[in-house]
Amino acid sequence: MDYFLELFFGGLTRGSIYALIALGYTMVYGIIELINFAHGEIYMIGAFTALIVISVFTFMGMNSVAILIIAALIAVVYSSVYGFTVEKIAYKPLRNAPRLSALISAIGMSLFLQNYVLLAQTSDFLPFPNLIPNFEFMEPYAHTIGSSDLVILITTAVVMVLLTILIKFTRIGKAMRATSQDRVMASLVGVDINTVISMTFIIGSATAAIGGVLIASHVGMINFYIGFIAGIKAFVAAVLGGIGSVPGAVLGSFVLGWTESFATGYVSSDYEDVFAFIFLVLILIFRPAGILGRSERHKV
Amino acid sequence: MKTLRNFKVFGFVTLVVLISFIGVSLFTACEKEKPAEVAKKVELEPIKLGVAGAHSGDLASYGLPTVKACELLVNHKNAMNGICGRKIVLLVEDDECKPEKATNTATKLVSQGVDVVVGHICSGATKAALPIYKDAGIVCMSPSATNPPLTQSGDYPNFYRTIASDDAQAKLEVDFALGRLGVKKVAVIHDKGDYGKGLAEFAKGFLEADERAEVVLFEGVTPGAVDYSAVVQKIKNAEADAVIFGGYHPEASKIVMQMRKKRMDIPFISDDGVKDDTFIKVAGEFAEGVYATGPIDTSTNPMAITAIEEHRKVYGEDPGAFFLNAYAAACALLNAVEKTGSTDYDAVSKALQTEFVATPLGILRFDEKGDAIGIGFAMYQVQNGVYVEVE
Repeated sequence: MDYFLELFFGGLTRGSIYALIALGYTMVYGIIELINFAHGEIYMIGAFTALIVISVFTFMGMNSVAILIIAALIAVVYSSVYGFTVEKIAYKPLRNAPRLSALISAIGMSLFLQNYVLLAQTSDFLPFPNLIPNFEFMEPYAHTIGSSDLVILITTAVVMVLLTILIKFTRIGKAMRATSQDRVMASLVGVDINTVISMTFIIGSATAAIGGVLIASHVGMINFYIGFIAGIKAFVAAVLGGIGSVPGAVLGSFVLGWTESFATGYVSSDYEDVFAFIFLVLILIFRPAGILGRSERHKV
Repeated sequence: MKTLRNFKVFGFVTLVVLISFIGVSLFTACEKEKPAEVAKKVELEPIKLGVAGAHSGDLASYGLPTVKACELLVNHKNAMNGICGRKIVLLVEDDECKPEKATNTATKLVSQGVDVVVGHICSGATKAALPIYKDAGIVCMSPSATNPPLTQSGDYPNFYRTIASDDAQAKLEVDFALGRLGVKKVAVIHDKGDYGKGLAEFAKGFLEADERAEVVLFEGVTPGAVDYSAVVQKIKNAEADAVIFGGYHPEASKIVMQMRKKRMDIPFISDDGVKDDTFIKVAGEFAEGVYATGPIDTSTNPMAITAIEEHRKVYGEDPGAFFLNAYAAACALLNAVEKTGSTDYDAVSKALQTEFVATPLGILRFDEKGDAIGIGFAMYQVQNGVYVEVE
């Protein structure tokens, strides 16, 4: 039972990270039906920004929790600027082009950002300081869950609640929902589509940056390539949950995290990815829209 | 083929007879007379040293340093009047590390009457070429072919090498874990790559062959995965006393860090993919106490220092991969020829196995299988942020 719980919490932590990235995929898809493959790179840029900020502040000798919060905030702002700019440069000019063009543009952007960071920083793995204070739990739980797992879980939960409030109860949230339903109609009733799309990219980038900072602090190292695999996995999680649906992305992420964790724990880590993708195929066969996705009626 | 072989044998015998006579007089003469006068007296067949390996294509960077090492050594020897009057000539042939080209290369070298061969570079090409040299009775010494069966299968008695085979590291890791650390349950983890998985499989084999220990876990992790907590959990659940990891440093540091954070203080033993300063930099305080095997340090060997300096002087750059191994191979072969005064297969083989020779890699001799004794790996441990050799 202990072992099961350990794997359960391991999967939950991993799922939380996927969720923070998957939100960006699913929101962007919900609004403009584009799979933003450069999203994993935004997550990576968030982690790099945080590392640079942390180096500077550690040099000034500040408290580690304060540094972590400042670094996370700056990473959020910086990544949001990146997300905003990427949309303006790579996707906006192609908004009325065939969907494939925008997709290729996204892949190009992803490669560009990877190589840009590779050249600007280094190809080496860099150590990322562990700034989450290491507090101990009571004995039966001490082995099951660590402090960084807990911080990741709580942060993810808080982000989810804030995002739900934003979408359900604010003006911009209402505008986003309207746009995702029908872009043309929304613009006809006075919704500023460009602002809505920009906001979507900014929010998605911000959550990805938080994910980047947390996972970097959790595993303790980053390099320019971390965004690729994390991005692919988060994308799979978004599809699993039903792309376009915010709660779906979260659920899909947890399902993927648990699948990987239990497959590793009870079968073999050799088959970690195999099981994750078998699961994806099965879901797509039996529920093509994803777990929580609604099947779309295509306009004729 | 048979007549050709007979002819070869006959040729060798006559050569041996000739050299044994002249050789004796020369050895005595070498000391008394000046080299120039000796050269005037006897005009001898040069010794043909073959150099085979990848000299073009994408693996050329592995083969070309061998050519340069041989050139340097041969120029040096020839300046000292060759091997007792016999000049050495190089026969350089390219195989691009392709097995099908390697057989052509070998046939061509044999038809040119090569005496001994330094090469080939890649294990696959070496394996393809060896039967041809074997039939022709030619000794072949590779600076870089690490595939274990090349020596261990016993199929190629004419093969020697100046590099430790792939399983040597795994053997050292297992011996160290069982002997020095006295562990009983070992988790063997790898990164699913050719190198990491190969080493891990050897380690598993050695552990299973030893009744002192058991393998409680054998698994591959996905390189680049977001975290490895599930695998770490599994190691803990298997109640392993130690982890042997085959792979490179990014995965190793992630696993070590997650283990230490879960307060698992069992030894972590790895390979030369982890014996890298980046590992210490990334894993930081968590790297402390990690074991890793790495090549025995030869940077203080005076011959190595001289050879590298000479390379810089002649070619204007630092030597490339396997340069010292190639230099050592050429030294060993030429020494065997010099000691026996012949290029006869049996004599050279015997000399390689009995005569010690000074090389940039240390003083060497070869075992009956063809592996160099004294070349290999040492165990290192991270202590206060640096790798320190464990006695």
